[in-house]
Amino acid sequence: MTDQLIQARSLTKEFGDFVAVDHINFDVQQGESFGFLGPNGAGKTTTMRMIGAVSPITSGELSVLGLNPMTQGPRLRSRLGVVPQENNLDEDLSVYDNLFIYGRYFDLTRAAIRGRIDELLDFVQLTDKRDAKISALSGGMKRRVIIARGLINEPDLLILDEPTTGLDPQARHVLWDRLYRLKQQGVTLIITTHYMDEAEQLCDRLVVMDNGKIVAEGSPAGLIKEHTPRDVVELRFPIGVLETITGQIEELSEHTEILADRALVYTDDAEELLARVSESDLDPEMELVRRSSLEDVFLRLTGRTLVD
Amino acid sequence: MAVPLSLRVAEAEARIYRRTWRGSIMASFITPILYLLAMGVGLGSLVDANLPEGLDNASYLTFLAPGLLVATAMQTGAAEGAWKVMGGIKWRETWKARLASPIGIPSLVFGHMIWSAVRVLMVSAIFAIVMAGFRIAPLLQSLLAVIPALLVGVAMVAVTTAYTVRVNSPTALPGFFRFVVIPMFLFSGVFFPVSNLPDWLQPVALLTPMFHGVEIARAIVVGTTPTVAPAISVAYLITWIVAGTYLAMAPIRRKLKP
Repeated sequence: MTDQLIQARSLTKEFGDFVAVDHINFDVQQGESFGFLGPNGAGKTTTMRMIGAVSPITSGELSVLGLNPMTQGPRLRSRLGVVPQENNLDEDLSVYDNLFIYGRYFDLTRAAIRGRIDELLDFVQLTDKRDAKISALSGGMKRRVIIARGLINEPDLLILDEPTTGLDPQARHVLWDRLYRLKQQGVTLIITTHYMDEAEQLCDRLVVMDNGKIVAEGSPAGLIKEHTPRDVVELRFPIGVLETITGQIEELSEHTEILADRALVYTDDAEELLARVSESDLDPEMELVRRSSLEDVFLRLTGRTLVD
Repeated sequence: MAVPLSLRVAEAEARIYRRTWRGSIMASFITPILYLLAMGVGLGSLVDANLPEGLDNASYLTFLAPGLLVATAMQTGAAEGAWKVMGGIKWRETWKARLASPIGIPSLVFGHMIWSAVRVLMVSAIFAIVMAGFRIAPLLQSLLAVIPALLVGVAMVAVTTAYTVRVNSPTALPGFFRFVVIPMFLFSGVFFPVSNLPDWLQPVALLTPMFHGVEIARAIVVGTTPTVAPAISVAYLITWIVAGTYLAMAPIRRKLKP
């Protein structure tokens, strides 16, 4: 109770008849990295916006840093860092000016901001882009500027809404590395994502959201352990074949998922399963064994894939 | 908090403006020079030849200049309330970024109003200096006429902002200029007295904020007697400013803090 940064009880957000966030409960502790995993439209961003005191809650209770976002918005926002989904930097201004202007919104002194910008540019590895216009930066660099902007006020809590969506794999890894460092420095992070690898990399604990509800909660490893066997055998078949052998595949294991182009067979003993497949007359085009991931957890819980 | 956050917003706008200030200041000098030469001196010689006693006992150039000063302020105000606001809400979403900071909607709107007022003031003061350069009126008198221009300009910022935050697409803005700004520019007593308008149109001209500003500015520069008491005109302009500013807030809340 003492170290709780966020406490949500029956938190709900409605837009007219549409229930975007449906009576959810969660707690975020000091220093932890907490994730919201779910497909687009699950209610993740809406939840972030309520935590960030930029969207009024419809009902329920929400306390962030011990403050009420509904009545203490400005005070709360002065202690938050926000990395929104969209790149809302001023494209015509330099990296430096973007950070400087933002620092002034927090009523920081000019001298304090100057020092802080140098530190932050070093941290996001953009010192040589200090005077470059935003429009001249790559997508990954823009995201890093936004992260630096979110840290300008040394926030107690950093909210990241899909921090790496739309980035190439290399840029994502650079960003993950920076976020991991923040986490090690003890900054509390809240991350929304629809990438399971991102959640596995960055989150100590996460909730899986679907249709405005929380469908599971735990650590990435814990969720995998709890909801799926250890391994997955992916079997690929030529188009049209899969429908005809569904029954046969379902006999292989208690947990199977039939997707459009392949079947996922869950097991604790992949060797044994593969042996049974080769004995049978299934003859898949390709076999692939991998560890179960959060993607599989999501599939089990909702019957749908995360990224369609 | 020692300094209201609205000043931080205005400061940010000033920093953004710094990027283009040279071109902007140049344009603020050149536009009035061109207008006063073409309309005041060029067209004015024809008008003066036709009206030996002058308009309001003044040459056409002198009659026109204070009106143009107010018209320039009005157009500057409309531009600040249209493109800047559309950019902040839609094109760049920089207003959304601001609202994630301690800045709230009132600070955001007041800051925008304060900076836009500074812009109107800059453009109007430059116009007044040009006016004095043309020897239309002494510098002090010209600068005094900046006050009604500023009021009209800020009223236009408020009204245009309240309009822009209500429309969903930038394509609605040219229409506003075509059907509101340009008619106001042409028919609010800048180029000819409102009494020359058809009877049915005169009350419409009287309702525009611009008419009231032109009356006061002309009284200061030419010495004419306004048809409406200046105190009433000033109160009327302030009403537009307050109403426009207030009406801008709710749609911003709807769009940016749903």
